Amino acid sequence: MKYKDYYKVLGVERNASADDIRKAYRKLAHKYHPDVSKETGAKEKFQEVGEAYDTLKNPEKRAAYDQLGRYQPGQDFQPPPDWGRQFGDTHFSFDDLDLADLFAGLSGGRRAHARGGRFPIPGEDYEVAAQITLEQAAHGAELDINLSVPEYDEHGVPRRVPRTFKARIAKGASEGQRLRLPGKGGKGCNGGRDGDLYLNVKLLAHPRFRPSGHDLYIDLPLAPWEAVLGATVEVPTLDGAVRLKVPAGTRAGQQLRLARRGLPRPREGEGDLYAVVQIVLPAELNEHERALFKQLADGSKFNPRSHLEREVAHASRAH
Amino acid sequence: MRVELTEAVWLDERQQFSLAELADLSGMSEAELRQLIEYEALAPADPGASEVRFSADCLITARTACRLRNDFDLDAGGLALTLTLLNRIRDLEAELRALHAQLPHRHG
Repeated sequence: MKYKDYYKVLGVERNASADDIRKAYRKLAHKYHPDVSKETGAKEKFQEVGEAYDTLKNPEKRAAYDQLGRYQPGQDFQPPPDWGRQFGDTHFSFDDLDLADLFAGLSGGRRAHARGGRFPIPGEDYEVAAQITLEQAAHGAELDINLSVPEYDEHGVPRRVPRTFKARIAKGASEGQRLRLPGKGGKGCNGGRDGDLYLNVKLLAHPRFRPSGHDLYIDLPLAPWEAVLGATVEVPTLDGAVRLKVPAGTRAGQQLRLARRGLPRPREGEGDLYAVVQIVLPAELNEHERALFKQLADGSKFNPRSHLEREVAHASRAH
Repeated sequence: MRVELTEAVWLDERQQFSLAELADLSGMSEAELRQLIEYEALAPADPGASEVRFSADCLITARTACRLRNDFDLDAGGLALTLTLLNRIRDLEAELRALHAQLPHRHG
């Protein structure tokens, strides 16, 4: 079993008062709570903080933790002889156990209930991020889920067990969509229901398409003359390229809508695909191209800054 | 080894939960959920119906409420305010993502 320094995790001395421990936990919880924090790794950090607080806030668990001795964080260790008998059960096998499971199984937890055997205790729920590609969101996906969950025997003694299964996500998922896998969380005790597993869908970045709900956006580069004169161009979609008619006089930033070429919605219908126009200049002009642009510049009366010039003239008159 | 295949259930308006089911799945008590309804942090599918039922996505809100209650010892008023602010942040983030998606990314 690997040692975790719960005092260090909370940033308190080993002789800290219960109030100091509570205050330290609150401060860290505000910083790392996954429902409110945007810090990288907040979920893992909060799990660590919560685990430390769960043990240190309970005087009996804290005494049992202190009796384990002091080691370096991550160091392999064995509890002292008689520790199991003093604080719980002699049946512990410490090898396949996480420190958190050990203390979750101590007084007031599952062990006490399991011994009484009368109170149904539901299994724990788990929540994991399900990272899928846009193609998987569009066509449905089967994800491999690997969990390591604590299970409790009839004495309430915990041990870690791996759980592996496939989760099928039907087509139509979008960013932030939540899904539930009933009964795929931790095992319940004394007839309590098994916990659930919750998936939080995260769409992986796509090299071309940017999702917004079930709509997709793609950049559409056009040459200046294509934008001015109009053109028919090929646009990639999730289901292959389609031809798009660009109307004459199309401006930069304009969005051309390709109806129902976005992501499918869960029930029926599809989002749209929007091609966002960009006017792209050639990196280099040859002599002929330069001459043509010069001819255009000389012959055109178009002034894109006429409104600015009117404002400047107006301001000069006012002064 | 044969790997079991499980269908993930969408938490959206296609499925509904009763008050008792929502309490059981979220870890909140029915009384606490009723308080959240009073504070308008949780909305029943049909506010006029005699039996309170919830769209399945309310489970996300109720589970968040349960975590916040456990981790910060918040009362119903504090929970309702926090949930309302979290929802606002979520909506603003979705709006930001939508605007970001519309911005051209390629600089030619």
